[in-house]
Amino acid sequence: MATTNPELASPTARAPRSALYEGWKQLRTPIVYLLPALVIMMVVTFYPLAFQVWMSFTDYGVIKEEGKQTLNPFGPGGTTPPNYRPAQFVGFKNYLDIITNNPQFVARLGGNFDFWRLLAFNLWWTFSNVGFHVALGIIIAVLLNVEGLWGRKIYRAIYILPMVLPNIVVATVWRNMFDDQYGSINQLINLFITPFGLDPVQIRWFNQIQDPIPGIGLPLSYYAMLIANIWLGWPFMTIVATGALQSIPKEMYEAASIDGATGMQQFWRITLPLLRPAMVPAAMVGIVTTFNLFHVIYFMSGGGPLGRTEIMVTQAFKLINVNQLYGVAAAFSVIIALVLIPIFLITNKISRATESYDV
Amino acid sequence: MSSVTAQRRSGSTAAGRRLKWWQQLVLQAICLFIAATVLFPVLWIVSMSLDPRNISRPTELNLIPPGASLQAYLQVLDRPTANPVTFAELAFNSLRLAGGVSAFALLIGVSAAYAFSRFKFPGRQFMMIAVLAITVLPSVATIAPLFALLNSIRISSAIMSMVLILAGLMLLGLTLFAVVPAIRIGSAGPGNYFFGAVGLVISLGLIYSGLAPARSEVFVLRNSLLGVGIAMVSGALPFAIWNLKGYLDTIPKELEEAAIIDGASPNQVFFQIVLPLATPALAVTGFLGFTGGWTEFFLSWQFLTDPKDFTLAMSLYNMTGQYAGQIPWSRFAAFSILLSLPVAIVYLLLQRYIIGGLTLGGVKG
Repeated sequence: MATTNPELASPTARAPRSALYEGWKQLRTPIVYLLPALVIMMVVTFYPLAFQVWMSFTDYGVIKEEGKQTLNPFGPGGTTPPNYRPAQFVGFKNYLDIITNNPQFVARLGGNFDFWRLLAFNLWWTFSNVGFHVALGIIIAVLLNVEGLWGRKIYRAIYILPMVLPNIVVATVWRNMFDDQYGSINQLINLFITPFGLDPVQIRWFNQIQDPIPGIGLPLSYYAMLIANIWLGWPFMTIVATGALQSIPKEMYEAASIDGATGMQQFWRITLPLLRPAMVPAAMVGIVTTFNLFHVIYFMSGGGPLGRTEIMVTQAFKLINVNQLYGVAAAFSVIIALVLIPIFLITNKISRATESYDV
Repeated sequence: MSSVTAQRRSGSTAAGRRLKWWQQLVLQAICLFIAATVLFPVLWIVSMSLDPRNISRPTELNLIPPGASLQAYLQVLDRPTANPVTFAELAFNSLRLAGGVSAFALLIGVSAAYAFSRFKFPGRQFMMIAVLAITVLPSVATIAPLFALLNSIRISSAIMSMVLILAGLMLLGLTLFAVVPAIRIGSAGPGNYFFGAVGLVISLGLIYSGLAPARSEVFVLRNSLLGVGIAMVSGALPFAIWNLKGYLDTIPKELEEAAIIDGASPNQVFFQIVLPLATPALAVTGFLGFTGGWTEFFLSWQFLTDPKDFTLAMSLYNMTGQYAGQIPWSRFAAFSILLSLPVAIVYLLLQRYIIGGLTLGGVKG
């Protein structure tokens, strides 16, 4: 940029150079501050994502009849192992296999794969959970906000517990609680029903194949996980709602009660509309988190029975961990991204997250 | 939170509103019921962990098992799974992974977050959307390329050790360069010290792992904690940038503007004003990243094969459901509690700041 030869730096050439220099001077600081993160992300985030798109069009990692194909051309001692075969381009085959439930492909996965059922379940799982979280979160926040309620501080301290515990522990503990033979849920149910002369039950929460509610095509394990995830999710919404409730001026309620509004009317006409701006972004966060909630599904039902409670991310993991179909898994992940993009755009639009600070 | 409650309470007595006894009774009953549902799993797991009988599965509910003792904890600390590794070794692996990833993401992320929060430059909006979009993508969805790419990086262990030591030394130099001037001038705040300590720990950790004796001749990046760490940074760094940016946005600009008027350079503003003010944000982001690493499961489960590298989360899965075999549930319970305690305690300590950050979106929207 800087002209080294002073003879060339004529007065006429000076103006654009200094403009460029000014531009560089303005850009210099942000670039320096961004550079480390950008370089790292290029290498570990964006390059793998691009590689993933390429992988999704190949048969990467397919196990061939002649033996397991290795993924890397470098064997022991630096020689290429005999079972190495570079990945071959297969076009849109992986994508078509997935979205058309190609019978051959489904058989290879064990016969329980159905993409559209999976997608529908994933969406239903997300919205049913977040619905409960938001509703319970608001109700409990309003309950805790009642003036003159004894022990509010203690209740608030207790109610935060599900948020404090790591997800993975919550999921494994609930898995064992719903155990059909030794789980505490069945024991608790029996504790309540045996005094009435009923036989002790042994509900097979994760293995029962017939649906508990006929007409609704959801297995019992869905309900078990719903219970666990409601337990896990509502405290966050309560905290968000409590924050918003405390910013509602009390005068509004006083004015409403002077005008003769009942408690219910106050709740629907004042509380709910004023909670909306805080709850919508929180619900969006909840939707994205629940859509991708790997731990609860993988550790509790493991997708069972018959793969009916599988969600996208657990299926993607199994494609690699169990089936070792890297190309298919890559295509599946691209599909996950395609499903998430609209959700993300809506979230971003509503929460205005990427808008700049001082606009 | 408590201050808010106190405020509300004083307000309520001033208003003089009181609940009728039956209202109080009904509300207390509901609150107690909710508290019972929240506490039930926690109490179940605590009481099970105190069971000394070593029975493989519990057959009845009891709050305090007969002859309660801490025996299960001792067994778990000694040898939690069928693999010949102690709890301390597993915890050390988890600690290195979680600490390394969160510290690295913090160190690299904070300056980018500052740039996004304070500077205007072409492409800013686009880059921010790219970063945010990555945080929405589940990290399970990038496991295929990360596995393939990291699996193809194989070098001789001797070279790897040298690389690690060199990287450690370079990071050490960089950290000192960034932090020592502020300390010498005397303007260093807690943020600077935190930043420095984090850099110091990582660089020493790198040097330490470089000096450790190699386990095999060829170092496969995929099959190592470092590889898992790199794969985790892939998701943790965008998250850290995003989270920090949210916090930095809430720090008023006036102080920085005043410093610039006084003739401070952008670097001085960043290191001596913004970093000290951002200490809670750094602590929270670091902690959230740490929790993510501490409980990370699928990457390590897929990548690692040597039991010496296994982490706590992987062992927890080994004790659950179909994999549990004959491992008594009292040990599973004790293990879960030991795994949760450090994270839970720090969460409670940082609660105020974490919740402030979580509800940030609500304030903005």
